[in-house]
Amino acid sequence: MLILRCPNCGIDADETELAPGGEAHLRRVGPEASDDAFEGYLFHRENPRGVHFERWRHAAGCGKWFHAARCTQTLEVFGTYSAQVTDPPQDIRDAITARRPGWRWRDIE
Amino acid sequence: MSDPVTALGGMTADSFADIAEQPPRGMVLLRGDLSSAPVQRAAAEVAGVTVPAPNRFEGEMPALCWMAPDELLLLCDYDEAAAKVAALAEALQGVHHLALDVSDARAVFRVTGLDAREALAKLTPADMSPAAVPPGTFRRTRMAQVPAAIRALDDTAFEILCFRSVAQYMADLLISAAIPGSEVGYWQT
Amino acid sequence: MTTRLARGGRLLNRGRALEFTFNGKRMTGYQGDTLASALLGAGQRLVGRSFKYHRPRGLVASGAEEPNALVNLGEGGTFEPNQRATTQELYDGLAAESQNHWPSLEFDVGVANNYVSRFLPAGFYYKTFINPRPAWKHLFEPFIRQSAGLGRAPKERDADVYEHFHVHVDCLVIGGGIAGLAAALKAAEAGREVLLIEQTAHWGGRAPVDGAVIDGAEADAWVKNTVETLEGMENVRIRTRCMGVGVYDHGYVLAYERLTDHDPHPDLPRHRLWKIRASEVITATGALERPLSFAGNDVPGVMLASAVRDYVVNWAVSPGDRTVVVTNNDDAYRTAIALKEAGLEVPAVIDARTAPEGPLVERVRALGVRVETGRAVAKVKGRAKVEGVAMTMQAGEGAVLEVIDCDAVAMSGGWSPVVHLWSHCGGKLVWDDAQAFFRPDPEKAPTGADGQPFVRVVGAANGAMTTADVLADAGADAQAAPEAAGPIEPVWIMPQGAGPELRSKMWLDYQNDVKVSDVQLAAREGYESVEHTKRYTTLGMATDQGKLSNINGLAVLSRSLNAEIPQVGTTTFRPPYTPISFGSIAGQARGDMFQPLRRTPMHAWHMANGAHWEPVGHWRRPYCYLQPAETVEEAVQREVKNTREAVGLLDASTLGKIVVKGPDAGRFLDMLYTNMMSTLKPGRCRYGLMCNENGFLMDDGVVARIDEDTFLCHTTTGGAEHVHAHMEEWLQTEWWDWQVYTANVTEHYAQIGVVGPHAREVLDLVGGMDVSKEAMAFMDWQDGELGGLPVRVFRISFSGELSYEIAVKAGYGRALWDMLAEAGREVGMMPYGTEALHILRAEKGFIMIGDETDGTVTPQDLCLDWAISKKKDDYIGKRGQARSHLTDPERWKLVGLETVDGSVLEDGAYAVAEGRNANGQRNVQGRVTSTYRSPTLGRGIAMGLIRRGPERMGEVVEFTRTDGTTTRAKIVQPVFFDPEGEKQNV
Repeated sequence: MLILRCPNCGIDADETELAPGGEAHLRRVGPEASDDAFEGYLFHRENPRGVHFERWRHAAGCGKWFHAARCTQTLEVFGTYSAQVTDPPQDIRDAITARRPGWRWRDIE
Repeated sequence: MSDPVTALGGMTADSFADIAEQPPRGMVLLRGDLSSAPVQRAAAEVAGVTVPAPNRFEGEMPALCWMAPDELLLLCDYDEAAAKVAALAEALQGVHHLALDVSDARAVFRVTGLDAREALAKLTPADMSPAAVPPGTFRRTRMAQVPAAIRALDDTAFEILCFRSVAQYMADLLISAAIPGSEVGYWQT
Repeated sequence: MTTRLARGGRLLNRGRALEFTFNGKRMTGYQGDTLASALLGAGQRLVGRSFKYHRPRGLVASGAEEPNALVNLGEGGTFEPNQRATTQELYDGLAAESQNHWPSLEFDVGVANNYVSRFLPAGFYYKTFINPRPAWKHLFEPFIRQSAGLGRAPKERDADVYEHFHVHVDCLVIGGGIAGLAAALKAAEAGREVLLIEQTAHWGGRAPVDGAVIDGAEADAWVKNTVETLEGMENVRIRTRCMGVGVYDHGYVLAYERLTDHDPHPDLPRHRLWKIRASEVITATGALERPLSFAGNDVPGVMLASAVRDYVVNWAVSPGDRTVVVTNNDDAYRTAIALKEAGLEVPAVIDARTAPEGPLVERVRALGVRVETGRAVAKVKGRAKVEGVAMTMQAGEGAVLEVIDCDAVAMSGGWSPVVHLWSHCGGKLVWDDAQAFFRPDPEKAPTGADGQPFVRVVGAANGAMTTADVLADAGADAQAAPEAAGPIEPVWIMPQGAGPELRSKMWLDYQNDVKVSDVQLAAREGYESVEHTKRYTTLGMATDQGKLSNINGLAVLSRSLNAEIPQVGTTTFRPPYTPISFGSIAGQARGDMFQPLRRTPMHAWHMANGAHWEPVGHWRRPYCYLQPAETVEEAVQREVKNTREAVGLLDASTLGKIVVKGPDAGRFLDMLYTNMMSTLKPGRCRYGLMCNENGFLMDDGVVARIDEDTFLCHTTTGGAEHVHAHMEEWLQTEWWDWQVYTANVTEHYAQIGVVGPHAREVLDLVGGMDVSKEAMAFMDWQDGELGGLPVRVFRISFSGELSYEIAVKAGYGRALWDMLAEAGREVGMMPYGTEALHILRAEKGFIMIGDETDGTVTPQDLCLDWAISKKKDDYIGKRGQARSHLTDPERWKLVGLETVDGSVLEDGAYAVAEGRNANGQRNVQGRVTSTYRSPTLGRGIAMGLIRRGPERMGEVVEFTRTDGTTTRAKIVQPVFFDPEGEKQNV
């Protein structure tokens, strides 16, 4: 039963107020994409034991999406941040580094 | 034209908190960039109250309630809603926004009593302590299995807003949460 | 014989006698009794039968760890099985029945299992009862069903009510013994918001029973003072009868408050499940005493030494006139003292240690009690009650030195800290060799959202075993004198060299009948993991959950495996700590509040007019309206015919309505729908299809353009919320620079369909708008007034008939409905429900989301290519639909189906093909998606997906039936009625 702080309204939201949205920072590919690129976009997901980036929606609250950086093993939350970015911002990366030196996720470190 | 009816015709119940469905209420949804001066000015002028901070409301009636970073809910007399929508449209000409009369979409309950807070805490995972929900709070959350908003008028009076179709469910929940003798005795001093 | 002592009983109110019954027999106890103490006080030693062998069972413990005294309580709507007599407070009129016996507690047929026990060894479920196969059904299963299981399942609906309560606290302290009280006080004095909960009705835990002295006074005095201090502090809340159930991620804790179990009240909540978010959790859950494994340790009258003490001190109950104490540690000597002080006899203390010393031992010797050292119990004499113990040498194999007459045995194998709550959320344990128990490893605490430990353990739960240590561990300012105690000597079986005969009578788990020999057998058969052994032998399963049996069982296992105890480890501790009621978990979510039930503004009218309801999502919609003496089938057929021939009235309020507005609204809808929406003219409507990125159809509906910037998107009944969420997801997370706002206005409007040849007349009768063909063409919409109410009228049709859908503010929905119903009377209007709606659309070959689609169907599969724009570069699902599997010409595609004999195909029936698959099943080539009896055509019609279907018009295909036969049906066009659309274009 997680608690995540919604960065849009500032509420520490109980997991039951939230809806999960799967992996963060997917890049949409359209009709021009190759089969491989489309397969990657639609199906290939990280499954890390450790640092992970996710999308959540404050469904029974302000209704807004946000991103969360979290450890899948200990459930430690490194931070939550805007949904309107394509990569984790630097302050979130720094917060992770402080707790998990040498972390790596996809090609981000 | 006949009078509008609320979902439950103004039901009331006396439990350890008093529960009363409110008469038809004007509600206007305003979506726009709340950080922009034109939207702030238009909202405040049309509502007649200042724009609230996040998770707060301003004014008992009329009122502006903070729904999301780009959404306010204006509460007013039922008959004034259409005029408020028109006034917003007028004030926000050329500014990207959405203003709609949504007066009939929701039911409003008033829950009052020394232990009213406890009845609500039986239904929502939100922290209902006096420190977390002081008067002036507008907290959107979940109550049992439906979304709802809690408007803290003062320490013993709250308004619950939920969708109209689940009004009966909400009334049943509130009554069951306030069975006389089931006070928790947690916050009342 | 157990009996009530004349004096004493610190929890008893002898001024208030309470009547109760056990197996129908009337008995008397006192206020303050538990059911267990009252039973013992009334001389009832036998309380149940064991699970497998149906051996007679008596009380072993005095608290939550009691394995035997599980009873049925109440009757009818308040009946509840498996209630622990030790944690059930006595009330006047309580009615309890023992369980797991037939025909009676005293004489039980199942006890025959006891005599064939060598045929029921560990894992017997898995080994026996396999062959011969027919014997399973006719012999083994009925036998097991009759004799297995503990309590009976309740037959009636639970008559009680339950509730939840959510709180957020700084510091939650679980356990109201001296450790918990001291820790709560400490936290409260530091200014923190504290909630302290205790599972029993009393504060202080064991300390007052054990004669602890705190700050120079009896523990009771300190407890009373501390509770009063806490009660007087504004930042502290304290609760008795409230058990910590489980500790979960991010400081989430469940607590179970028993509100009326001690004083039943039909109108009040019986249990309250607390859902707590705590910044810090302090568990002060104490320790549980372990049994000793000697032959006959399950005979009624053999009890934990601490329980004997509790019964004597708390409830003035004598467990027997002569009690032999058997131990491997000093603590059990307290029991000998308590018994002597109560005037009872202790024939001997049998201590496995060769040279015990220390103040407690000396005190017992000074009381004149015979202390036998280096000795053990070889065997308990007696079957249904203790008659004596045979003493032997602990170091030997069980040769009897002497038989000591007694009628009770108090045993102590040492103590185990209650680490359950610590362990639930990942706290690890260390083996404490000196004290022979697992205790929390402070280096490996459960961590919270910030990565820091959030659970702390204090007192006996942390391995602090003397009053002084407990207080120090809890950070108390209070002091107790240090106690000198001799070391414990681990004893896992008694005597240590016992042979198979004795080992097969040493119980590890009383409830599940698991013996030392069973665990040893499991080890011999190759079970090395403690988790596997648990499941194979059933050790510590059911309500025990490792409270009594865990450590002894894994010690026996580790010895059999020649491994150290910490190497073998414990089984996983899982919530709940002790079982909680299903009712408390459900809370308010039962009966009418099981799920939110959504009602339209016309709900009451439907109710009053014979609605036969259908759940659609959380909505309730009329399936049909029953007239007197009409069947559902007849009503549906009538409603379809009347709508086709006269006019029907439909409550369409549940359809989703989403406003989409902004300079980029058209561009956005072009991405969302497969069609081109940006070219729609204001005042016009267009049917649209919505897909997910996979390319599969997810929703459909009519889009109306309100003005240049604004669209109104209709969705399916079930689709409003998730389509709105889908739109917001794309806007917030992908195209956040597009200028579009959406709003779900579904519930602001009631929507009413007036459908059929006389539809226009009905609207004209109500009056206020020109809805003529000239003024409002098919797929037009207009704002206007009907009967004086502002409305928005859409001329759209899902039936092939002349049809208007009228939206009005929900507060006027009922008023408009009444006006239309009244006006329609003249032209034979009748309301119709969802089933008629389905038939009307199926006759026209219109698809229905959820019937023709199941999340794997594309618009192309449904031959809806006309609704897929070829001009657009992109839309959600376009790339997905281009995948090779989705463009395969062999895909199943939509066709109409007409049975050759006019009958109705079964819903979901498969079209069979030649040959069989690898599993011997018939190959298939399609399936039925919708099937109805059409009253318009007087025959069965269906839609289905068939391999290359549209290319096979006229072909006859066979469809399965559930009775094993098949039905032949011809592949036809899916539009069965009015293919030219003449009826709607009038």
